[in-house]
Amino acid sequence: MIPVSWYLVLTLFLFAIGAFGFIARRNVIIMLMCIEIMLNAVNVTLVALGRGLEHTTAHVLVFFIIAVAAAEAAIGLALVVLLFKKTREVHMDEFRTLKG
Amino acid sequence: MEALLPKAIFVYLAAALVITSILVVTNKNAVHAVLWMLVMFLHQAVLFITLDAEFLAAVQIIVYAGAVLVLFLFVVYMINLRTELKIKNFTVFWPAALFVSVALLILASQALKDFRTPSPVGDMSPAAIAKVGHAKLLGQALFTEHILSFEAVGVLLLVAVLGAVVLTRRIRMRGEGV
Repeated sequence: MIPVSWYLVLTLFLFAIGAFGFIARRNVIIMLMCIEIMLNAVNVTLVALGRGLEHTTAHVLVFFIIAVAAAEAAIGLALVVLLFKKTREVHMDEFRTLKG
Repeated sequence: MEALLPKAIFVYLAAALVITSILVVTNKNAVHAVLWMLVMFLHQAVLFITLDAEFLAAVQIIVYAGAVLVLFLFVVYMINLRTELKIKNFTVFWPAALFVSVALLILASQALKDFRTPSPVGDMSPAAIAKVGHAKLLGQALFTEHILSFEAVGVLLLVAVLGAVVLTRRIRMRGEGV
């Protein structure tokens, strides 16, 4: 059995990579994908800790996180499509105003 | 030698996850990024199997690799990103972002130094998983203890899909009709 702390170190790296991408990338679609990377890092943490505690609640929470991530991806990509229709642009640093 | 194999598999999976996620973040081509993300999700499903969570591995492949990534791929195809390959893919303040994520890494690893392996408190032991299966254990918890949350998530998904349809329907100009 692999120690739980190994999984936690791995997810730490994954979360940091996802956070870096979310802050630094210009493309909105890649930013949404970085959110998915961070959510997946948290999922691995929860599965590993739930396995260590031998309790089902963590795994149920992972199930809900996957459902919420799917909903979030649908809404986020709809917003990206809307943004592209309106401005022909998907790069975040080009949007200097939030006016309608 | 018997104990070495799980560790070797874990090290391979960890290396693959980190490398593919770095490739997702740094890739100029959005289609390549989505495909690297597919590789990452498949490795993560195997990581779930090493943690005896077979049902979550299946959900990972069906929902993430099957549904969410296809959604991403469709949007990448819909949006013409031909210019993307020629311009910079990071904002001008990317060193600040690197600083933030490295600081996060250092701070969280300091917190991790005092980590103690938790002692088991629940009923999802390896013996129980081997006997009745992970899906049954999870289903029992999901449909008894967490049934209200389960129904709330169903409503959430419905609202999300309706929201996506409402947001992306054709926008009519004023005076053009309803």
